[in-house]
Amino acid sequence: MRRIPAEKIAHAVEELCFTAAYHLPGDVRDSLAAAAERELSPLGSSILSRLLENAEIASKKRLPICQDTGFAVFFVEIGEQVRIAGGDLTGAITEGTRRGYKKGYLRKSIVDDPLFNRVNTGDNTPPIIHLKIQPGDRLTITLAPKGGGSENMSAVRMLTPAEGRQGVIDFVVNTVVGAGGNTCPPTIVGVGIGGTFEKATLLAKEALLRPVSEKNPDKQYAELEEEILKGINASGVGPQGLGGVTTALAVHILSHPCHIASLPVAVNLNCHAARHASITL
Amino acid sequence: MVKRVTTPLTDEVIQDLKAGDEILLSGTLYTARDAAHKRLCRLIEEGDPLPVDLTGQIIYFTGPSPPPPGRVIGSAGPTTSCRMDPYSPILIREAGLKGMIGKGNRSREVIEVMKEHGSVYFAAIGGAGALLSNHILESEIICYEELGPEAIRKLTVEDMPLIVAIDSSGNNLYESGPDMYKSVF
Repeated sequence: MRRIPAEKIAHAVEELCFTAAYHLPGDVRDSLAAAAERELSPLGSSILSRLLENAEIASKKRLPICQDTGFAVFFVEIGEQVRIAGGDLTGAITEGTRRGYKKGYLRKSIVDDPLFNRVNTGDNTPPIIHLKIQPGDRLTITLAPKGGGSENMSAVRMLTPAEGRQGVIDFVVNTVVGAGGNTCPPTIVGVGIGGTFEKATLLAKEALLRPVSEKNPDKQYAELEEEILKGINASGVGPQGLGGVTTALAVHILSHPCHIASLPVAVNLNCHAARHASITL
Repeated sequence: MVKRVTTPLTDEVIQDLKAGDEILLSGTLYTARDAAHKRLCRLIEEGDPLPVDLTGQIIYFTGPSPPPPGRVIGSAGPTTSCRMDPYSPILIREAGLKGMIGKGNRSREVIEVMKEHGSVYFAAIGGAGALLSNHILESEIICYEELGPEAIRKLTVEDMPLIVAIDSSGNNLYESGPDMYKSVF
């Protein structure tokens, strides 16, 4: 067994909160810069340039890229040979989130009860933790803070197998285009296809973690991503929904085996502030 | 050409603002989002006075992040405006609100009331909270401090970059903009 102190995890999580909030990943920045060059709408192009300027200011001044520093969503891969010493995994991640959001001057955006008691918890906890247990003795923690604006426009649909490829394209394109400027376009579009109802949604979120510069390793899915992206950008929605040819920067698909009766499809939208940070302990 | 606009917004200034115009705004704004709007509208319904006089004023839909040492405010970009659609007509009609700043399209009803009362809706760039923060010179909590990021703040801004998204005649850049760049798929 390999022992990892809970305090070490909490400290690492605290740092991840800062990194994710202040520093836009390089691949997203490059993609925005390329889009600013390509954009046909002068206003759209000026918006994209301002977003790049914003990322620079945020990084330099250690200010959040966006004031909505999100729900703290963690993807955790823990080796079966890891033992947490002096605490537990959930507790350590929660503590790291609490400290990170406080010390980093990040916004606390979580209310205690969704319906009856919408009182701010005051420290942005609890986090959401997606856990994978696998062989080995490493612990990898990825934080992907998720803003409310883009999350609100996400959707899931249980298609029939007969609806097939075209059904998927129509559903994804309509979801993104229908969201207009609410998601802070240009977005990154995460799509989960297959599995069950809940698996598809989780895949859609996980798909957002793939670097924008990376193609889908599967040729058929890579082509599907391209086609969906073209459909979205033909809508004219553009940067901030004010018109242009850059509505999405990328479409990322993750798929999973599914039931003979099913074709679940989920769309998770991420604003241009596609923040994430990762560490392996 | 970028227009310079100073608050409070007069009817003359508002009439001159057209959807698609890029402007630089200076002066006073009030921040409010979902929870504060709900409270303000309840006060109006019950005939009670508002904690802030909104006559001729602008509300910025934002919930800023906390100010780090040495700054008056943290990141302060716009939040999605359509969540305020049920409340904005009441504030325009009953409280004399003249301008709103947010992101995303508004409802038919909001636009009709804006036309009727000569109000304007500006888009700030969503997700540019750090950049927008640099244009905020002062920030003071006016009320509802217990709402944290949702408290009502009075902001003094200088040359804040905005886009006229829906003007007082109802011209809507969220419709005309995408129409210009739509292509066949």
